[in-house]
Amino acid sequence: MNVYMDHAGTTPLDPRVAKEMEPYSLTKYGNPSSLYTLGMEAREGIDEARSQISKFLNVKNTYDKIVFTSGGTESNNLALKGVAYAYRKKGKHIITSKIEHHAILEPCEWLEKEGFQVTYLPVDKYGMVNPQELESAIRKDTILVSIMHANNEIGTIEPIEELTKVAHDHGALFHTDAVQTYGKIPVDVEAMQVDILSMSAHKIYGPRGVGALYIRKGVRMQPLFHGGGHEFRKRSGTENTPGIVGFGMATKIAKSEMSHDKKKQSKLRDKLIKGSLLIDNSRLNGHPKKRLPNNVNCIYLYVEGESLILELDFHGISANTGSACSSKSLEPSHVLGALGLKPEESHGSIRFTLGRQNTKEEVNYVLEVLPKVIERFRSISPFKEDFILQE
Amino acid sequence: MYSKELMEHFRKPRNQGRMENPDAVGKGGNPVCGDVMYIYLKIEDDRIEDVKFETFGCAAAIGTTSKITEMVKGKTLDEAIEVTKKDVEEAVGGLPPVKRHCSNLSASVLHKAINKYRSEQAKT
Repeated sequence: MNVYMDHAGTTPLDPRVAKEMEPYSLTKYGNPSSLYTLGMEAREGIDEARSQISKFLNVKNTYDKIVFTSGGTESNNLALKGVAYAYRKKGKHIITSKIEHHAILEPCEWLEKEGFQVTYLPVDKYGMVNPQELESAIRKDTILVSIMHANNEIGTIEPIEELTKVAHDHGALFHTDAVQTYGKIPVDVEAMQVDILSMSAHKIYGPRGVGALYIRKGVRMQPLFHGGGHEFRKRSGTENTPGIVGFGMATKIAKSEMSHDKKKQSKLRDKLIKGSLLIDNSRLNGHPKKRLPNNVNCIYLYVEGESLILELDFHGISANTGSACSSKSLEPSHVLGALGLKPEESHGSIRFTLGRQNTKEEVNYVLEVLPKVIERFRSISPFKEDFILQE
Repeated sequence: MYSKELMEHFRKPRNQGRMENPDAVGKGGNPVCGDVMYIYLKIEDDRIEDVKFETFGCAAAIGTTSKITEMVKGKTLDEAIEVTKKDVEEAVGGLPPVKRHCSNLSASVLHKAINKYRSEQAKT
């Protein structure tokens, strides 16, 4: 049996999205900036996608902007660097959290080298940012607060409305990286009152290489790309029409199927969590209630994640781990570290992220395979109850 | 990412397990980094009669430890101590660059076991 459970990594393209995209490469291929019919047709496709995304986000003000980008990483880079450089005369302080995606943390570290100051807020043991921590960290010169809507590793959903209020009370802008929530749970810019929000298409059965940034009216932003002035002068470069149209269609489908998907996946998620925790020396990471409907992240002590992932793969199961051994840098997951987990504990973390196609049978199969795989590695491991290397 | 030979040892480790009353034990690695290995030796007339291992770690750590046990079983201590990290890496058909340092500790752990055995023998 082949079971794909890494939907937080990426998702397959929905065939309905592929069908919608195709004409924009084959027949409606005009440059959307052109005045002739072929160009106008492409422009209409982009406008339609923009409107689909605006609807999903519940955008009320027609002067708010949806700027298309190449994906979540670019959206986050544009938000952070764009705001930092547009507001640097007002202040040079930015606040984010310790559990953000690397596409937030790395630009922040780069901005620090450029003379900005960044405060990285801690999280509690469930991965929640406390609005009071933000209140004490915020300063007169804080220009931007960036806290993710939900964490990609542990699925914890952050209290964005409360955090936005704190930022606004002190005159700072608020950005949220909604790459993991967009299309999966309601993402309402009016309810959350965020100023800037990042999205990605390939996490919601859309194409790779396309994302977007929501920018509230009046928010200034320096572009990363200078050129022909596309996308409200925020992102120059001829538009990726098929990608953008696909993103729009993926959004439309997500909107109409969200409540069904959410219900189905939460049920499977809870079943998978319950079954996984029957294994000895296991524990759930992330918030037990305030978590993404598709996220399961558990620790199994005395085993190492890369081995688990490879062995699960032999059984046809695709999952992910926060183990240092599986990362390019050989660093353990910064998210699990921020929860207070020791590196030797985070080695044994496994993340399953469910998607539209996953079934009860697949969850049962994972629950049948997983204990055997863990047992195999525990039998090879010198650790049993002690985790101390004794010479 | 990994060679066929390494995956073969990862999937079906040779000489895996804890040994009762070993003549020497080598321990190495660091649980923080994620790779820890124990090598147990049964030695007779300066020859490795039996060898077992336990490893906590990634596929490279498990595969290389399994491989070295296969390489040294039946060898004299003089021969076994000549086996280097590089020999193990070559024997498993190479390792990804990031794994060369952290996960290929089996040779040093084996040397530790042999040296310990020798120093204890010298005492008696």
